[in-house]
Amino acid sequence: MDKITEEILREITDWDGVFSGAYSLRENGECISFQNSDHIRIVKKEDKPGIDIYISDKAQQETVYIPACVTKSDVHDLVYNDFHVQSGADVTIVAGCGVHTDAEEGSNHNGIHRFFLERGSHVVYKEKHIGIGEGGGKRVIDPVTYAELDDGAVLEMETLQLGGVNETTRDTTAILKKNASLIIHESIMTDNDETASTKFSVDMVGEDSNVDLISRSVAKGNSFQEYSSAINGKCRCKGHSECDAILVGNGRVNASPALNASSIDANLIHEAAIGKIAGEQIIKLMTLGLTEEEAEERIIAGFLGA
Amino acid sequence: MLKLENITLNLPEKENLLRNVSLSVKPGKLTVITGPNGGGKTSLAKIIAGLYVPTSGFIYLDEEDITEMSITDRAKKGIAYAFQQPVSFKGINVKTLMSIAAGGDMSEMRMCRILEKVGLCARDYMNREMDSHLSGGEMKRIEIATVLARGAKYIVFDEPEAGIDLWSFTSLIQAFESLKEDDDVALLIISHQERILKIADEIVVIRDGVVSESGTKDQVFPALMKNNTDNYCPKGKEMF
Repeated sequence: MDKITEEILREITDWDGVFSGAYSLRENGECISFQNSDHIRIVKKEDKPGIDIYISDKAQQETVYIPACVTKSDVHDLVYNDFHVQSGADVTIVAGCGVHTDAEEGSNHNGIHRFFLERGSHVVYKEKHIGIGEGGGKRVIDPVTYAELDDGAVLEMETLQLGGVNETTRDTTAILKKNASLIIHESIMTDNDETASTKFSVDMVGEDSNVDLISRSVAKGNSFQEYSSAINGKCRCKGHSECDAILVGNGRVNASPALNASSIDANLIHEAAIGKIAGEQIIKLMTLGLTEEEAEERIIAGFLGA
Repeated sequence: MLKLENITLNLPEKENLLRNVSLSVKPGKLTVITGPNGGGKTSLAKIIAGLYVPTSGFIYLDEEDITEMSITDRAKKGIAYAFQQPVSFKGINVKTLMSIAAGGDMSEMRMCRILEKVGLCARDYMNREMDSHLSGGEMKRIEIATVLARGAKYIVFDEPEAGIDLWSFTSLIQAFESLKEDDDVALLIISHQERILKIADEIVVIRDGVVSESGTKDQVFPALMKNNTDNYCPKGKEMF
């Protein structure tokens, strides 16, 4: 395994030299190792790059790791991963990606993930993206996520990008059936000239389905972030979205949240705020002994849940 | 000792917010500043904590001139300030804020003891975010707790009673009395509350930006209570 891969793995997962249980490790566009568990089976796709992950109903509180690492310049990785989660399964999926470039040519990773959650299954999906390296080549990560949640299924997504990624375009689409729940917590920090574009579209088609979408972003330097979401309530359902952004320096954020209700019983709420760090927050932490810079760092770290 | 000498404060929105205010806050003593709203009490507290720099005058901490000293350095020197209006933080929970206040990781037992003083149970609150999910009274009590967690030598509380329920207020009075027992701690409380005035060692009355009365509790409190009833003009003037 590449040394840089090891560094990335430590950052994006809780890897300590070995993965226990099921995993698939991708390095520079190829699966370099994988392992099944008794209840989680990983199968390489025949027609395109990627894997199918079959999670049986016997998988209870198991974790499967599917990190992707790009360790050098001029790598253009495209991967299709499909998760088939049986009824009643309860698992954590640790994904995440790190892109390292050390030359003028850029590298990118495009992970296209599809989730098929059967009735009553529960998935926690954790995804952390980082960009590292000294090279001038752009580090690009463009994840695409599609999720179908059957009756009573629950998908909790925690996604975090803390900087170093020059460009990212994130596209998430979900369909929720009866009593299904989707909870998304997204945190993104951009700096320098980085750009991030995030798009969510959630259709609630089953009675009493619900979505809670919380997006927090920090745009520093000259970076730019664009956020759009569409929560579509087509029946008796509940939707809540909250997008908050902090601007630092010349950072810019555009936010376009949309609520679309096509049923009288759809209950949709949106909250949004964009602005600089409140001066009173910095002053409060200074009265507790932090410098202005330390206070700003603590506020941002807390805000992003980093 | 914390000593303010001839403090005058002019702000763009208001001239003569404070005029030639002098007072001392001594270790082992509880000094209460009281007076009508808008008289300059909170501005004085902010000057002590470093949030405002006085237009003229001096502040001495143990004989060191700290008039121009930053907020951070004053905090490190042992000045703590509990805001009248607590500050909310998205993503920062009570445990983290208390640990920042304590200058490092704080044991759950210690957190429990401090939060108990303001009528809160650590188990219920330490993982809660300091944001709008907490009520105003809860925020206020946690604000006071962060200051207690500092273990500071000079502590300024700005209207600690505001938003606090009767039961928690009793705990708070006990906490102040306990702090008073410490000969190394100087307490300055801005308050209108009779129960706080009753436990004061010294009382300073500020009206219209000036010290109108000051002295021991026995000297100031009776007249203050008398004035508080009939024929009371908030500016200390004679009634028509």
